[in-house]
Amino acid sequence: MARRTSAGAGGRAGSPLTPYLFLAPYLVLFVTFVAIPAVLGLWISLHNWDYMLDNRPFVGLQNYAALFDETSVYYPDFWNGMKNTLIFTVASVPFLVVLPLLLALLLHQRFPGRTFFRAMFFAPYVLGVAVIGLMWRYLLDSNFGMVNDILGTEIAWTTSQPWAWVSLVFVTVWWTLGFNAIIYLAGLGDIPTEQYEAAALDGAGWWGKFVNVTLPGLRPVLVFIMVTTILASANMFGQSYLITQGGPTNSTETAIMEILDLGLSRYQMGAAAAESYLLALFLGVVSIVNFWLMRDKDAAAQNKLLKQQRKGTGTRRPDDVPATPASLEVSR
Amino acid sequence: MTKVARNPLLWVLLLLLSLIFMGPLVVMGLTALKTPGDAQAADWSFWPSEFTARAFELLFSSPDNPILRWFLNSLIAASAHSVLVVITASLAGYALARMDFRGKNIMFAIIISTMFVPGFIFMMPNFLMLDRFGWLDTLLAIVVPGAAGAFGVFFMRQFFLSLPKEFEESARIDGAGPFTTFFRIMLPNATPALVTLLVLSFLANWNDFIWPLYVLFNDANLTLQPGLSKLQGAYTIDYPVIMAGAVIASLPVLILYTFVQRFVIEGVASSGVKG
Repeated sequence: MARRTSAGAGGRAGSPLTPYLFLAPYLVLFVTFVAIPAVLGLWISLHNWDYMLDNRPFVGLQNYAALFDETSVYYPDFWNGMKNTLIFTVASVPFLVVLPLLLALLLHQRFPGRTFFRAMFFAPYVLGVAVIGLMWRYLLDSNFGMVNDILGTEIAWTTSQPWAWVSLVFVTVWWTLGFNAIIYLAGLGDIPTEQYEAAALDGAGWWGKFVNVTLPGLRPVLVFIMVTTILASANMFGQSYLITQGGPTNSTETAIMEILDLGLSRYQMGAAAAESYLLALFLGVVSIVNFWLMRDKDAAAQNKLLKQQRKGTGTRRPDDVPATPASLEVSR
Repeated sequence: MTKVARNPLLWVLLLLLSLIFMGPLVVMGLTALKTPGDAQAADWSFWPSEFTARAFELLFSSPDNPILRWFLNSLIAASAHSVLVVITASLAGYALARMDFRGKNIMFAIIISTMFVPGFIFMMPNFLMLDRFGWLDTLLAIVVPGAAGAFGVFFMRQFFLSLPKEFEESARIDGAGPFTTFFRIMLPNATPALVTLLVLSFLANWNDFIWPLYVLFNDANLTLQPGLSKLQGAYTIDYPVIMAGAVIASLPVLILYTFVQRFVIEGVASSGVKG
């Protein structure tokens, strides 16, 4: 143990190489499957890269330019996918932000069996998209399904519009509601009860407490939910793939379906990589705008709250913007 | 607060929600036990008119759709993947939380920033990486690349930051080196976080659909999720068989979930708030 030296601040010991030894296994994975691919993807997008051909000529930004050229073969499919992704995101996000909040408020009450119900409403989320996709494809079957039988309708849920979108939004809400609800619940638990007591002293009713205490207290959580939910909806793939097969007539074919079909089924990787970087750029801009809009209001609301309380107690900690649990929200 | 519990409206609401969330899963299970004629009757019925194991027998004896093989593949891949994540992420997360070294902050910033990059941009280049390694159409393609995700490192770093510094100080006084300290003191104290990360990684890998769909090709090499998609194509409206496949793919995760739901839910909850 003579090699060990006591290294000052914080009480770490060992050679200067020790931290790198701890990091090495992960860094090997990170460099191989994240860092190099990020650069390789850009490189591919600058080439006419057909996986099946040996000749992959450099074409500069042509793959990107093609996406803005109406005469290009890639133009219609790509923008059809982008349009459908936008439709799904706009249609699903309001439900996925509001309904879980209502569920969280319900589960935040104190009643026997609360933990049990919380676990039950989260249960669909632990199932994969393949399971829920096959299940709802059957339940929504226009001839043999449960949904038409219960509602007494004869709707072609998966093969006609707008019902295909209604189905996809409903299934997604059913599947992932519990995820957002759990995050809201944790946020509700972090709001100090003194704030509610102070509001009650000021004569605030249920609605007053909700608007003046609950909503401002949930702002950082709300930012997180907005950002991750928009990203998850824009990443929608499995539901369309399994329930509507992108139909009727490509009307539910999302941008990701189009990109992966082009790149990994038809092996036109150059064009597909350019499409994926463009979509990523769009999503990055949306996320930044989202952060910016909600941050601004956050600070304003907090100031207002501080003024109302007229005292320094009960201020919530200024949370950093929380990070995405990437592994959890991949193929929603 | 017991006033709330006595409100009948609460219980009506909870019952209704339970039906909406659990009903479809029960129907899935019951349909797997129906005869094809029963499942394709003009009038849908909840309860099978006759219970049969036909769908499962058919699945277990189908050479084109070796579901037991897929099940085994999924089990091996998800187990190996979650162990790999826990080992690499706890080592890296510990170094980033508790050690000082050159380039630490920039390294952490780079790793964390990749959590905001959508996964699909890595899919095509990673396909080429796997091709180069000869890993396409093997379970390695399912086990390894996903372990490069930053979530585990972030999660473990947050946890190690929350442990008291006295752990390391007393270990050093006892003459323990950094590796002994990590394996003997820090890891045992991190058990709840390790279990949470293990379970979350297992679930994510078991349920992953999009990646195995494109990197596994031969029937025998599929995992359950792309296998289910293949079943849907092969059996179209023989819903009992398709539902039987879905039951087989969901039972392990539902069973796992009932035993460790606390870890799953706390892991998800902490991802939003304590970031």
